[in-house]
Amino acid sequence: MNEHITEIVIFTALFLLVSGMGFVAARWRRADNLASLNEWGLGGRNFGSWITWFLVGGDLYTAYTFVAVPALLFGAGATGFFAVPYTVITYPLVMLVLIRLWSVSHVHGLVTPADFVRVRFGSPTLALLVAITGIVATMPYIALQLIGIEAVLKTMGVTGDLPLIIAFAILAAYTYQSGLRAPALIAFVKDILIYIVILVAVIYIPARLGGFGSIFDAADAKFAKTPAPGDGTLLNANNQLQYITLALGSAMALFLYPHSVTGVLASRSRDVIKRNMSALPAYSLLLGLIALLGYMAIAAGITPIGTDVNTVVPQLFDQMFPDWFTGVAFAAIGIGALVPAAIMSIAAANLFTRNIYKEYLRRDATDAQEARVSKLTSLVVKVGAVLCILLIDPQFSIDLQLIGGVIILQTLPSVALGLFTRWFHRVGLIAGWTAGMTAGMVLLYNIANPANNHAHFGGSAFPLSKLGFDTPMTVYAGFLALIVNLAVAALATVLARRLGSSEGVDGTSPRDYTADAGDPEVKDDLEVAGST
Amino acid sequence: MLAPAIVVPLVPALFNHEEPRLFGVPLFYWLQLAFLVISVSATLIVYRVTRR
Repeated sequence: MNEHITEIVIFTALFLLVSGMGFVAARWRRADNLASLNEWGLGGRNFGSWITWFLVGGDLYTAYTFVAVPALLFGAGATGFFAVPYTVITYPLVMLVLIRLWSVSHVHGLVTPADFVRVRFGSPTLALLVAITGIVATMPYIALQLIGIEAVLKTMGVTGDLPLIIAFAILAAYTYQSGLRAPALIAFVKDILIYIVILVAVIYIPARLGGFGSIFDAADAKFAKTPAPGDGTLLNANNQLQYITLALGSAMALFLYPHSVTGVLASRSRDVIKRNMSALPAYSLLLGLIALLGYMAIAAGITPIGTDVNTVVPQLFDQMFPDWFTGVAFAAIGIGALVPAAIMSIAAANLFTRNIYKEYLRRDATDAQEARVSKLTSLVVKVGAVLCILLIDPQFSIDLQLIGGVIILQTLPSVALGLFTRWFHRVGLIAGWTAGMTAGMVLLYNIANPANNHAHFGGSAFPLSKLGFDTPMTVYAGFLALIVNLAVAALATVLARRLGSSEGVDGTSPRDYTADAGDPEVKDDLEVAGST
Repeated sequence: MLAPAIVVPLVPALFNHEEPRLFGVPLFYWLQLAFLVISVSATLIVYRVTRR
């Protein structure tokens, strides 16, 4: 008999419980019908502060984050802690940027960031580029959620692909049925479980390991023994620039991801978003504590299963906690994978429906047709993610995710800057996007990682010496690519104006960016549903 | 108003030190978590001022 049987039973029970909730969610805050994107894809656009807090929190802090960030600290030390400044600075940024997107989206009934680009710059081509970027960047992110579940299953001794397929099939079914309401409802359970598990973990585990002092001493001792120059419990002169550019770049990429936009657009008013920007950092505190689990694993003498460093946190729980609580902790991680996976697949499906299907395939699609296409696409997206994990080396998904962060950043000039200024010419933005994408790919291709025998796509830290600078410093590749993007966009904008190229029609007015719920131009949800 | 909340966490000179430790946790870790306070205060003030 399997020694992990208690864990498996509790894990399965909790998993089934939330799956049931996922199906029931269709009836929660019931709409007249779910046959429109505003209802299926944005939950009726009427979520208040609490739901938004759980939904966006559950959306941004994924299962992968919970296993991968501590794994980074376990392997490399201080550089992995970038996740904390990254999620600290992202909220003031969101407050500046996404709040304007919320307003303009509510005035014009927009569902995706590409919708906004379409209206703002009058360019279906630019919107298509933004939509494709979003879909391509999101796909591997969904696949990574499976890696989170896989790490837990492996630790419980459950092998084979079938459990993963079943888990994702259930997820696909209730997302299809309930839309954004499903992850919103499940997020409550997931986040409460995660908070309990982590609070217990950061009090209980250090107490068993002799306090934080000895945990950090153990980590220091480990990094002192390894030959790698970049690790340690503090940053060194060479990776500081990488640390801050990665934190800033990731913070900017985070709110450009379609799934974060989906979470924000589903909220009821500007006040709900603002209040949440002050409340969401509670998750960052949690993330910081989770990150330290990596050092606790070092102090506890955990070794990963095989070469899968993502198993260190599940292993730590397995070794430290009684069986029943380990089961709860594993369920928290497993369910933690479902919420973001659902929202991401909805966001990707909305992009396809609005910016490819409706724009290029069927211009006169009705609300009901849009919703049906989106539901079907969400299924396709999830099947794709499962195939990614099953057929391709999981390491490839991690590489893709790395690339995803870099490429989503290339939509910043059109989406984020576009919310503030119409100065950029649409031709300039397309040229900038092309240049930024190319630069990003070339940079990533040239990053080697001797630690896992990667000659290419070995990480995001680009050595400046390769550009001819006489320094061992490294910088985040996405950040460099964004600079190239902005420079080319500006140059091409000036050129396009000189040549008298058409600007395209700006469908928005300055007041649209500050409109709030209750204003005459902001339609209530029924009218919005009817007008899209 | 929001600028310090974005800039301060990006200055490694402020936090890249071992001492002083807090409950055995090096400055690097606890101070970066403490920066959350700046972020929360800044967004809270903006929310209060712009609420209607």
